[in-house]
Amino acid sequence: MNRQLLLGAEAVAQGAIDAGLSGVYAYPGTPSTEITEYIQRSKEAREHGIRSSWSTNEKTAYEAALGMSYAGKRSLVCMKHVGLNVAADAFINSAITGVNGGLVLAVADDPSMHSSQNEQDSRVYGKFAMVPVLEPASQQELYDAMFHAFELSESVRLPVVVRMTTRLSHSRAGVERQATLEQNPLYAEYAPERFVLMPHNARRQYQHLLGLQPMLEELSESSFLNQPVEGHGPVGVIAFGIGFNYVMEAKLAHGIDCRVLKIGQYPLPRAQVNELFEACETVVVVEEGYPVYEELFRGYFGSSKIRGRMDGALPRAGELTTDLVAAALGAAAPASTAVPGIVVNRPPELCKGCGHRDMFDAINIVMQENEEHHVFSDIGCYTLGALPPYNAIHTCVDMGASITMAKGAADAGLRPAVAVLGDSTFAHSGMTGLLDAVNDRSPVTVIIADNDTTAMTGGQHSSASGSKIIDICRGLGVDEKHIRTFVPLKKNLQENITILREEFAYEGVSVVIACRECIESAAKKKRRAAATGQ
Amino acid sequence: MQKNIILAGVGGQGILSIAAVIDWAALNGGLEIRQAEVHGMSQRGGAVQSHLRIADHELYADLIALGTADLILSVEPLEALRYLPYLAPGGRVVTSLEPFVNMPGYPSMDEILAELGKTDRPVLVHSAELAREAGSARASNMVMLGAAARFTGIEPERLEEAIEALFRAKGEEIVDINIRAFRMGQQLSNS
Repeated sequence: MNRQLLLGAEAVAQGAIDAGLSGVYAYPGTPSTEITEYIQRSKEAREHGIRSSWSTNEKTAYEAALGMSYAGKRSLVCMKHVGLNVAADAFINSAITGVNGGLVLAVADDPSMHSSQNEQDSRVYGKFAMVPVLEPASQQELYDAMFHAFELSESVRLPVVVRMTTRLSHSRAGVERQATLEQNPLYAEYAPERFVLMPHNARRQYQHLLGLQPMLEELSESSFLNQPVEGHGPVGVIAFGIGFNYVMEAKLAHGIDCRVLKIGQYPLPRAQVNELFEACETVVVVEEGYPVYEELFRGYFGSSKIRGRMDGALPRAGELTTDLVAAALGAAAPASTAVPGIVVNRPPELCKGCGHRDMFDAINIVMQENEEHHVFSDIGCYTLGALPPYNAIHTCVDMGASITMAKGAADAGLRPAVAVLGDSTFAHSGMTGLLDAVNDRSPVTVIIADNDTTAMTGGQHSSASGSKIIDICRGLGVDEKHIRTFVPLKKNLQENITILREEFAYEGVSVVIACRECIESAAKKKRRAAATGQ
Repeated sequence: MQKNIILAGVGGQGILSIAAVIDWAALNGGLEIRQAEVHGMSQRGGAVQSHLRIADHELYADLIALGTADLILSVEPLEALRYLPYLAPGGRVVTSLEPFVNMPGYPSMDEILAELGKTDRPVLVHSAELAREAGSARASNMVMLGAAARFTGIEPERLEEAIEALFRAKGEEIVDINIRAFRMGQQLSNS
């Protein structure tokens, strides 16, 4: 028995390693982080010299992966759904250039927004770029799909998207491995007619991409990820990704007999879809995410034949469950107890002893001295500063938006205009915004909560922290006198208040670095030292 | 055979170690497993749960359907109640009685016990006390696993093998403490 227990994310990683991967590029983001972490930990990956350290953001990651593919090798790039917004420019255009070595984008969506600010569906990006999208339904399928994805990418010379969602990424199951493949040799050819996207080349390459579409559809017809399941009756189901799992569970639990078409590779296999629609009076469309294909099937004028998220058979938002799908297929609701009224919510909170707590204490005290006390913030552990007892931050939109929103508000006349973001977020998308503020002499105070890690996603290496941040700020033109550092500790509260007060009052760009190691990383280091007997 | 198990607790309480032991035992017993867990934001002191499914046949969904859990195993009493909608008729609740209070409005223990009492013969465990007796307060999750062992569908010997395998790297003493904790929980549950 050669079964390993793997998270969906880990199955992607192991599949890529075994399929001859040469490098992975990624920025951490729930629920995609574990793919890269697994490769970083893997002894085999080290032995095979697979490149795996963290990138500064998703765009740099994607472009590096494209460069590795250009040089003939198989590369993997991983991100969460909103990360693909950051990498979108590179992604969409890589469909026009095409690839050399296999290039696979593993993107993890988060329906129900367990750890995200929206539930955008990456399949839309796949359609937008007109590249093949794979959406496996199980950990084993994810593993097998990685071999298929690299092969497909090299055969059609396009990037291939492997889309998964939180439940599959963060669920474990036994996975059987295949024989491993050798890495590709280095092979870079001069192909400026493909890779120099000046209009004359871009137009031709775009025509080529359009011309590939019928073949991509043909390939979907024979994909192991698209399978009909026999059944009877007037109602049929077209089930996408892990939607298929809930359909099969509902069928078993409620003794439902119906035809099912399982979809795991896009563009849609037209013949298989036609067959289902011809055989059934009603088709229930089960998609984990947006009703992307349901909308397409309905068309502008609608169709009474189709049920799904758009007519209330399934909820319009949020992830699916067996219960929701069973109800959509007409099963009676299960007998189940209600949650007792005494059960109160238990929201997440900053760790006890976290430096962010002391930083927010200082910020709150100084902000209360001002009539306006808006704090523009960002994405990271410190976002929890929005919750009681702090209620210290008032925005969190996208990576890096703290600095630029504070700048815009300052330009509008708001004083003080304060931004709070972490070291990793600053490196990801804060630097360019800070340059804008410097160029415009916008009076903003940027507080960088430097805990020397990407903490929220579990403590990954940060691209810029400590003295590197100071060097960056100086290099971007922030006046040295207004780059201040403090240690967020209770004993320093008065001193820290003074620093903040001075910089809030300054009519120019200032940066205050609240520098203290994440207590989780410190604890981890201590445990590691104890384990190695040091 | 099929068992649906909800593991419940608060971020950082170690429910994933309980899951890892059951997973290991199930995998080595040739069973099918699906075990969905929570990563990311809620891990920071929030409510966390894991849906664990094991069977001797193919499983599809990573999540347990409402009213179909054979067992709710909770390392915190209020968290046991949060997942009652998942409990099957006749399903059992095994919970620690150590409250973890990190939010306002936490109900009284009497109220919690009254709600737990409405379930079918709940197994209530003073896990911290037993864990200390076994040798370490940190082994209280293994006390809880021991108390729930007979509802997992896996032989206790196999679970002990799994504990040994998973804690081996931390040394013999840690293995012994955890096995002892497991057996103390088991004894309490069987008596």
